[in-house]
Amino acid sequence: MFRQSTRKILFLAAGALFLLLLPPVAKLVGEPYFISLFSRILIYALAAVSLDLILGYGGMVSLGHAAFFGIGAYVVSIFAFHGFEGSPIISWPFTLHGQTSGLVAWPAAILACALLAAIIGALSLRTSGMHFIMITLAFAQMLYYFFVSLEAYGGDDGLSLFSRNTLPGLDLGDDTHFYYLCLALLFTFLFIAWRLVHSRFGMVIRGSRENEKRMQALGFPTFRYKLVCFIIAGAAAGLAGALIANQTEYVSPGLMHWTRSGEILIMVLLGGMGTLFGPVLGAATFLLLEEVLAIYTEHWMFYLGPFLIVVVLFAKHGIYGIIAGREEKHG
Amino acid sequence: MLLIIEQVLNGLQLGIMLFLMSAGLTLVFGIMQVINLAHGSFYMLGAFVGATVTACTGSFLAGIAVALPAAALAGMLVEALVLRRLYKKDHVDQVLATFGLIMFFNEATRMIWGRQPLFMDVPPWLSGSIEIIPGVPYPSYRVAVIGVGALVALFLYILFTHTRIGMQIRAGASNREMAGALGINIKMLYTLVFGLGTLLAGLAGVMAGPILAVEAGMGESILILTFVVIVIGGIGSVRGALVGALLVGMVDTLGRAFLPALFRLFLSPAYADGVAASMASMSIYILMAAILVWRPRGLLPAHA
Repeated sequence: MFRQSTRKILFLAAGALFLLLLPPVAKLVGEPYFISLFSRILIYALAAVSLDLILGYGGMVSLGHAAFFGIGAYVVSIFAFHGFEGSPIISWPFTLHGQTSGLVAWPAAILACALLAAIIGALSLRTSGMHFIMITLAFAQMLYYFFVSLEAYGGDDGLSLFSRNTLPGLDLGDDTHFYYLCLALLFTFLFIAWRLVHSRFGMVIRGSRENEKRMQALGFPTFRYKLVCFIIAGAAAGLAGALIANQTEYVSPGLMHWTRSGEILIMVLLGGMGTLFGPVLGAATFLLLEEVLAIYTEHWMFYLGPFLIVVVLFAKHGIYGIIAGREEKHG
Repeated sequence: MLLIIEQVLNGLQLGIMLFLMSAGLTLVFGIMQVINLAHGSFYMLGAFVGATVTACTGSFLAGIAVALPAAALAGMLVEALVLRRLYKKDHVDQVLATFGLIMFFNEATRMIWGRQPLFMDVPPWLSGSIEIIPGVPYPSYRVAVIGVGALVALFLYILFTHTRIGMQIRAGASNREMAGALGINIKMLYTLVFGLGTLLAGLAGVMAGPILAVEAGMGESILILTFVVIVIGGIGSVRGALVGALLVGMVDTLGRAFLPALFRLFLSPAYADGVAASMASMSIYILMAAILVWRPRGLLPAHA
């Protein structure tokens, strides 16, 4: 046990050091492209960790997680769009003006996603298993089609941002600043999530994954616990969406297409479900694999598909399970 | 009035397509307890094979005759190679593996047939129109689609309630071990059920060929609708799939046709069209949410 946990700590420290040192090293070797590539990886990692919270610990297989990712991105973009035009977003029952400040737009994105997660969660958590998968998927597609037909914000073509949001003391237009912000937010959320799953709340969530009836018999209102967990995950995915909108300075309904949900799910499983740090590895692996395969062939999905099947059939605990040992299996 | 009848028929036709897709998939969900995202791939396969054979031979019937066994064989092969290993695994593993299958099939069709969509012509002997009700001409092709769907529904009903194999499928669904102990070859049965499901998906694909563009990824848009149908109807219930499919087909078609006019009654035209378009695309999901609140296990659950 001692050796295994030492190995894990060493591995995590190495990973953190690598991420901290990446921008100066990338500049030193003259490959600043890596900074924006890894910003993207960090953002997807945030989304993947948030999915891991409900999937790996709560046993809730959501195939609609990209909905929150997309909504977060759209909230930021709509705020920026109206902020630039100087027109109100809504004028009734109260006036809400657009904003390009991240201090306003990002909490708004998180709040909107939390609200949405509360509605979707309250409806879909009435069911479980296969029903839950299909219902989360259907709700995400509903939002996708809603934004496709929403001509005011570009419809199918999406919406471009004029510039990234502003934050006091940071220049988000600078890729290095943006990278470190993403890194700080990812570390913060990892810390929060880690504390959460090891708290009493996390015990109840894990307990209801293993045996929900027994948890109810013990007097825990498992529905409420699971709903809160779902809302936290949705809000974090919304923050990731707000970041991706800033990184690419462009949003489109494609961000919440169900294949995107599938990709985030792949990241979680590839890295290791129920490990929190695994999904970060999974996100990096998936996006780097995509990047590398795309150099050699445009048909990279032809090879990635069978690879995923092999992962499912033979490598149950993901990359993190291979590297850090299997003691983290149950979180 | 004429417009209403025409739109109801369109809704019926969409419903029939969805029924062909969901009848097979709901069985796979209900009997094998496996979530299969790749069902749309067999729909796509049916459409591509049908379009290619039709283009080569000039006969639509030849296209159907080749596409159906192709979809069924591909389905049974995939079941034997991949799905069979997933029955005992978690749902999340099944989702991931079948998602991988989708990637594989979509990219494989792009490699074989290219990125340009194929177009299929309506066969000449079905290109006219029929006046079902005097004064309402309706394309014969769509009437034929509705007819085929009705025949399939009848066939499935007879298969499940009046034949030995149907009885075995029902037995396998309610208790796998017991049915196996009584001498039913469960493995073979599962493969056959899966093949039947993909055959129906392939049939839906060929029939959709002349109506829609045949392109890689075409299976996914109908797959999501199929899921909505299955959730509404209840997992594992073919009758539920029929009811759900017709309901979804009607609500979707009628919503798109009549919501703009409805909203124009009390909103400014420019604004009304936008709201109506959004509402129409969301209508079936709202229907699904409403049914879930009312009956979380679907309208006609298989094991009530």
